[in-house]
Amino acid sequence: MATETDKKAPTRRRFVQGTLRTAVGAGACGLGLALFSAQSRSLPADALRPPGALPEDKFLSACVRCGLCVRACPYDTLKLADLAAGAAGGTPYFRARKIPCEMCDDIPCVKACPTGALDKGLTDISLSRMGVAVIVSRDTCLNLQGLRCDVCYRVCPAIDKAITLDQTHNRRTGKHAVFEPVVHPDACTGCGKCEKSCVLTEAAIKVLPVALAVGHQDVHYRRGWEEKSKAGRELVPGIIDLPDRLPELKP
Amino acid sequence: MSEQTRRDTMKLAAVAATAAAAGVTLPETAEAQVTRPDGIRWDKGVCRFCGTGCGVLVGVKGGKVVATQGDPDAPVNRGLNCIKGYFLSKIMYGEDRLTRPLLRMKNGKFDKTGDFTPITWSQAFEIMAEKWKAALKKSGPSAVGMFGSGQWTIWEGYAAAKLYKAGFRSNNLDPNARHCMASAVAGFMRTFGIDEPMGCYDDVEHADAFVLWGANMAEMHPILWSRLTDRRLTHEGCEVHVLSTFEHRSFELADNGMIFVPQTDLAILNYIANYIIQNGAVNEDFVKKHVAFAHTVEDIGYGLRPTHPLEVAAKNASHKAGQGGALDPAGMRDITFDQYKEQVAKYTLDYTAKLSGVEPEKLLRMAKLYADPKKKIVSYWTMGFNQHARGTWVNNLAYNIHLLTGKISEPGNGPFSLTGQPSACGTAREVGTFAHRLPADLVVTNPQHRAFSEKIWQLPEGTLPGNIGYHAVVQHRMLKDGKLNAYWVQCTNNMQTAPNMNGEGLPGYRNPDNFIVVSDPYPTVTAMAADLILPTAMWMEKEGAYGNAERRSQFWRQQVKPPGEARSDLWQVVEFSKYFKVEEVWPEELIAKKPEVRGKTLYDVLYANGAVNKFPLAELQQDFDNDESNAFGFYLQKGLFEEYAAFGRGHGHDLGPFELYHKARGLRWPVVDGKETLWRFREGYDPYVKAGEGVKFYGKPDGRARIIFCPYEPAAESPDKDYDMWLCTGRVLEHWHSGSMTRRVPELHRSYPTAQLFMHPDDAQQRGLRRGQSVKVITRRGEVLTRVETRGRNKMPVGLVFIPFFDEAQLVNKLTLDATCPISKETDFKKAACKVVPI
Repeated sequence: MATETDKKAPTRRRFVQGTLRTAVGAGACGLGLALFSAQSRSLPADALRPPGALPEDKFLSACVRCGLCVRACPYDTLKLADLAAGAAGGTPYFRARKIPCEMCDDIPCVKACPTGALDKGLTDISLSRMGVAVIVSRDTCLNLQGLRCDVCYRVCPAIDKAITLDQTHNRRTGKHAVFEPVVHPDACTGCGKCEKSCVLTEAAIKVLPVALAVGHQDVHYRRGWEEKSKAGRELVPGIIDLPDRLPELKP
Repeated sequence: MSEQTRRDTMKLAAVAATAAAAGVTLPETAEAQVTRPDGIRWDKGVCRFCGTGCGVLVGVKGGKVVATQGDPDAPVNRGLNCIKGYFLSKIMYGEDRLTRPLLRMKNGKFDKTGDFTPITWSQAFEIMAEKWKAALKKSGPSAVGMFGSGQWTIWEGYAAAKLYKAGFRSNNLDPNARHCMASAVAGFMRTFGIDEPMGCYDDVEHADAFVLWGANMAEMHPILWSRLTDRRLTHEGCEVHVLSTFEHRSFELADNGMIFVPQTDLAILNYIANYIIQNGAVNEDFVKKHVAFAHTVEDIGYGLRPTHPLEVAAKNASHKAGQGGALDPAGMRDITFDQYKEQVAKYTLDYTAKLSGVEPEKLLRMAKLYADPKKKIVSYWTMGFNQHARGTWVNNLAYNIHLLTGKISEPGNGPFSLTGQPSACGTAREVGTFAHRLPADLVVTNPQHRAFSEKIWQLPEGTLPGNIGYHAVVQHRMLKDGKLNAYWVQCTNNMQTAPNMNGEGLPGYRNPDNFIVVSDPYPTVTAMAADLILPTAMWMEKEGAYGNAERRSQFWRQQVKPPGEARSDLWQVVEFSKYFKVEEVWPEELIAKKPEVRGKTLYDVLYANGAVNKFPLAELQQDFDNDESNAFGFYLQKGLFEEYAAFGRGHGHDLGPFELYHKARGLRWPVVDGKETLWRFREGYDPYVKAGEGVKFYGKPDGRARIIFCPYEPAAESPDKDYDMWLCTGRVLEHWHSGSMTRRVPELHRSYPTAQLFMHPDDAQQRGLRRGQSVKVITRRGEVLTRVETRGRNKMPVGLVFIPFFDEAQLVNKLTLDATCPISKETDFKKAACKVVPI
């Protein structure tokens, strides 16, 4: 009963390659986090802003450090940055792994903001973008090993929109599926419930500030299958396909 | 990295080579026993959560389970686990493990209103014996009882059944499987005359389609669901149909998802049978040879107290059986195919769609699937069917469809009743821990079955009582009424999980006439409601055996010592038997039939009986503990297992020899001639079907399974103007049942810390509720504080709310109604009427 592993035992080279990839990925990520923490000076590296927060530089100048949003938060999610900590001192933030945002329908923190540092235009909490969840550790995420954890998926308030489970055949066991959690940045609010509830000692899924987490698709190349689906038809109509010559079937 | 390195392999090989060179045969589990360079000893075990039965390897170092892994070669799970299984190594090490017996005391004496005070084991058994003897003296065997578990090991259940049924001569023994699988059991017995599924998990890899009837496998059987998903992904044309009263995680894979009005599954099943008949899809050859038809007794009530208006109104309610022309609710009469056809004819597509609220095209699609002779189909169900006021009927109705089409007992085709607990089959059902059962499907009401059991147990004729004992729900009622006075609960948290807690359970436990003993590793809600708490060894702290949903019996050895003075349920039961002289529990005329038992203890008669104590300690696996065997001086587990196996060998329930199970990754019974049985009732697969018979349902004397007509009848309680919503309760993936183990694993607690009430956003809005708001859920029985959730994993239809029961801070069973299927006596935890109000 040979399984996939027997046939494809990881070679030393593959292991080294894999390690390198991870190291480079972690390095890039680390660099980004370092940049971010430099920007916001005293804030912890995993600090996230409340719903509706303006872009960081505008937010820092608009926020009057009144703390009303922190007081309005019913879940004790929001904290004030240490006052002794430079430009960001006194501004509100939260850390997903400690207390994530519970996504109140009435968004009391935004309502409490007297200056618009938290944008009053945000009335639907599911449109907030506090950050974006990223599977930062594919080699420790249990679901990617074929286990059935998917806690991050089930705890997601926008389940099946912000996180879906991409199902593939588990080649090692030959008879199970792998349920890969896939985050969709267009629906992820960055509430942090996934990071909070990840069962690993160090979460495999983390919420990063949008600027760090989200890439942009270049405009010079379009995904043909998506464009066709969007248009609901072929983009270039009227292209023909001649029949292939095949041996005739004998009755 | 825990990967096996080249060096490890060479070391292991060297050990084996040296042993071979020296002519030494390594012990059976030599490979597992060889301690690895990291100091961890790995050995075979099984997950102790759901009925899937995933194989695990358990790593021990320094007397502690330090790690587990999915067994990469286990046929069920191939190295995988769900998130509960991932944390198995932590379940024994919660901070509040109980380590000493605790008795409620005041001024140095037992007092029902006293505080829990540590005592010794002998003090504990002395007061228990005093209370049991007083109860027996006052009211006889009906005054003592026990509530056990589908999480008991096979020998724990067997030893307890023997102590109660033979020792105390009381059938007041019931397992928590009554809340879980009793309807499946009654369904199997009525249709096939023999319990448990004909197929096995290998069906998954052979099926073309799956239909889930009241089973959220995605959360409740995560690894089996992974297999089903893989089949859906890799098999061309494979489709999945899912039915439920709300949209849960299994709908994610559904090609045809159907939300039906609670209780109308009865009608849907009859509609499919009707469609099959009307469209000429009956497998006539199969039906002619292997099936007979019956009509169930109707209007059977709801298993409530006889004084309840619903029972008074029901013509054939359980308590009326045999009086004034009332019929036994479990009864049925023979009918012809044409009569059956006429009965189901009422269940047209139009009628059924209107009643159930399911779109007609969806029902039609499912009916066509069942009717298509080319499609191999497995139907799965769990609590949606079993916890149902007509639970036995829905089980029967599902079998009807598979029998009409002959889609049964062959690879990829069959109805499959999933189990919730790791040994619902292996222990609760097979060893006879139900109030009406004896081992291997025998029943207490059958004199021949009793005589057969008395022979194996070497008991005088007439020892075993023939009356059915108090089942789970009745036990609580009888405690409340003061008729059941000495009561022992092992391996389950029934105060939290039994229905109508404030109405029946709690008043029963706290009734001053009663003495309640609870054995548990942790101070559960049930333990805290007891008078005496016994600290219990769990999982790898004892040698054990479980039987999963596919008839697979799996063994493990004791890996570590329990903490403090904790002892296994098995030791507790057997040790307690020493406190009773035969004269104290058996009448003189019974003793006179076997005078040599005079002066002996129940321990001598039941366990040191020459059979159970037959195997010496020398047979224990060296280098492993076996606390119970060492305490009693013989290989207790082997003796119990071999005596028990005598019930089923040669009778369709054959278990292999004891040692075989320590070597194998579980074996599916009947194990005959050294082979497992994957599909029962079919020639070539099942050793009990003779050449030329093709298919034989040998559980029935005539070899024919029964297609049983059962009508649609309404639920016990439906929403009305005062209580305007359906209330459904259930489990979540992250927590096991009442959370007594999983809530002590910090990571699992964090992943799902508190229960919430899942509600449709329109229902919330209509009541002025916001997501996350605190609310009261109120039923006629009680109220629970919780928070509203309008998003997340479950999508509710308007008019129905769901709340999980794992959270001991939200005792959901204060809300539920103790209505049961009148045949199986299993509670309907899925249907009650409630209202939800802001606080």
